[in-house]
Amino acid sequence: MQDVIVQNISKSFDDGKVQALDDISFSVEKGELFGLIGPDGAGKTTLFRILTTLLLADCGTASVNDSKVINDYKEIRSKVGYMPGKFSLYQDLTVEENLNFFASIFKTSIKENYSLIEDIYVQLEPFKNRRAGKLSGGMKQKLALCCALIHRPKVLFLDEPTTGVDTVSRKEFWEMLKRLKKEGITILVSTPYMDEANLCERIALIQKGKILSIDTPQKITEKYPDKLFAIKSDNMSGLLKELKKNDKIKSAFSFGEYHHISFNEEYKADHLDSGFLNSDDFKKIEIKSIMPTVEDCFIHLMSIEENYEN
Amino acid sequence: MRPLKILLIKEFKQIFRDKTLLPLIFALPLIQLLIIPLAADYEVKNINISIVDNDQSSYSEELTSKVLATGYFKLAGYSHSYKESFKQIETDKADLILEIPQNFEQNLSRNGFEKLFIAVNAINGTKAGLGGSYLSSIIADFNHKINTEIVSTNINSEFKSIEVTSLNWFNPYMNYKIFMVPGILVILVTMVGAYMCGLNIVKEKEIGTIEQINVSPIKKHHYILGKLIPFWIIGIVVFSIGFFIIGWLVYGIIPVGSLLLLYSYLALFLIAILGFGLLVSTYSETQQQAMSVSFFFVMMFILMSGLFTSIDAMPNWAQKIAYANPVTYFIEVMRMVVLKGSGLAHISKHIFIMIGFALLFNTWAIINYRKTS
Repeated sequence: MQDVIVQNISKSFDDGKVQALDDISFSVEKGELFGLIGPDGAGKTTLFRILTTLLLADCGTASVNDSKVINDYKEIRSKVGYMPGKFSLYQDLTVEENLNFFASIFKTSIKENYSLIEDIYVQLEPFKNRRAGKLSGGMKQKLALCCALIHRPKVLFLDEPTTGVDTVSRKEFWEMLKRLKKEGITILVSTPYMDEANLCERIALIQKGKILSIDTPQKITEKYPDKLFAIKSDNMSGLLKELKKNDKIKSAFSFGEYHHISFNEEYKADHLDSGFLNSDDFKKIEIKSIMPTVEDCFIHLMSIEENYEN
Repeated sequence: MRPLKILLIKEFKQIFRDKTLLPLIFALPLIQLLIIPLAADYEVKNINISIVDNDQSSYSEELTSKVLATGYFKLAGYSHSYKESFKQIETDKADLILEIPQNFEQNLSRNGFEKLFIAVNAINGTKAGLGGSYLSSIIADFNHKINTEIVSTNINSEFKSIEVTSLNWFNPYMNYKIFMVPGILVILVTMVGAYMCGLNIVKEKEIGTIEQINVSPIKKHHYILGKLIPFWIIGIVVFSIGFFIIGWLVYGIIPVGSLLLLYSYLALFLIAILGFGLLVSTYSETQQQAMSVSFFFVMMFILMSGLFTSIDAMPNWAQKIAYANPVTYFIEVMRMVVLKGSGLAHISKHIFIMIGFALLFNTWAIINYRKTS
């Protein structure tokens, strides 16, 4: 059964000058952990705001848990949980007061749904009388998640929950999401971090308001058309320039301490030597075959899209 | 009603926790009401007068002592010539000069008339006008006294005079404070209503909490009422502090009219002015914007309300603006009910107009609130 259905949703701002979402369609299965992966400004937040009834789309239809976002917005509001990207709880209320407040406006109580938030709340409990504004970043985010969960929502929307959070807390956060999934809650999470894509069951790569690809992270990486290599030398920036000029190279981009490259088809590079480089300027060249990651796929799909546009 | 109760509890918790706002709510009426009425006083006192007495007669002496005895004038000094006195004006030691000519007494009793010369420094128009007219009326009074003296000694002369005696109604001692305090109270309530509520809503927009409320099943009208009611109550509390503690105890202003009527009008006025705050908040994204816009309008409300300057003295177009200002009506009602003891019938026009303002601001705000969300 599909819990979130998005059909041909478009949204523009500033009288059509900025196309935030461009004819987007996808669906999310019940109980699925679905990731929306894309850089800042891709349209992730706009999409979430449409699905949580905060914004009206220009055209297209969407439904959440069998309720239409336009006609049944009242029903949606009582069955979704939304955690915005920016911490937006009452800073001058304590942890407990915030939680109590959000529980009571959803006509429930902390007690009633304590089992759902217990794992997260035990970490917050020592600070329950502290004002929300005085919490650390990781704690704020946990409190926000608790508040979004307190009414046991059917669908949970998390907008960039891990942005600006340290690595340990990020890991913990994803652990929490996995536990929530077991409770049968459909989770839509957006993130600009490609490494988090693998933690989702299915992902949609989104860029400039368009969906580039939707699939499981595994299938997306499998679909990568070329063999991918990582290359390193003592002069990385010079190497990248050289690689981009080289007619044997199909694509080259920097990726951490390596450059990722793929070759034009006629050139067989299985032997992994650096013979394709004309120049002798580079020393300590290291080249190895690698498996493409989601980020590689994203960059690949993005370049196709750009070529198509041009 | 339960969601409204939850929102109200939350709102009051936040207000009572605000370490800047809370003292302001209670200190503001006390401080403003203690300072402004004492300072904003139009009575001109301490006018410095320089006297050139070229006569040195008993008449000239009587006149000068009469002038100085009124309490309005302070002697800057006697001088021997107009030139000397003018220097005092130039150095700002004197505001006006009274020159008594030679043979003042002689000419007056012999010829029946004599001229006096008054020169006024008119840089400060109010002071000049009032000083000049005070002095003229003292001289007229003096003149009248001499006339009657002459008449009484000379029974045959036919001299008629009209004596004007005035009685000051509603504020018998023409105490400026009694006039100002009720007006300043209105300004206080206006500030609470126009700033605090609007800013509070915009703050929620800024922090993003309004989004969290919007995705919840809370109804819009509950949310708006949850914002209006606390500040409506605060407005009434601030008014009461100012009215009873300062107005009654400190200035001794005991309302002549009905308190119930006054409070009913206050309640109505607060609905209108809170609606204005709400309206500003729907057009603002940040507290800075809301503050600037509210400040502009509150400034207009105060200066065009007849608080400091009489509306009757304004040019026609300005009067139209003044009567498009809700604050004007509340100040009028305050002065009418507190000082004159006006009843319901006298202020019914004011009531209808204020209902109009309340409907206008709130409807406009709610329509715009819907549009933006």
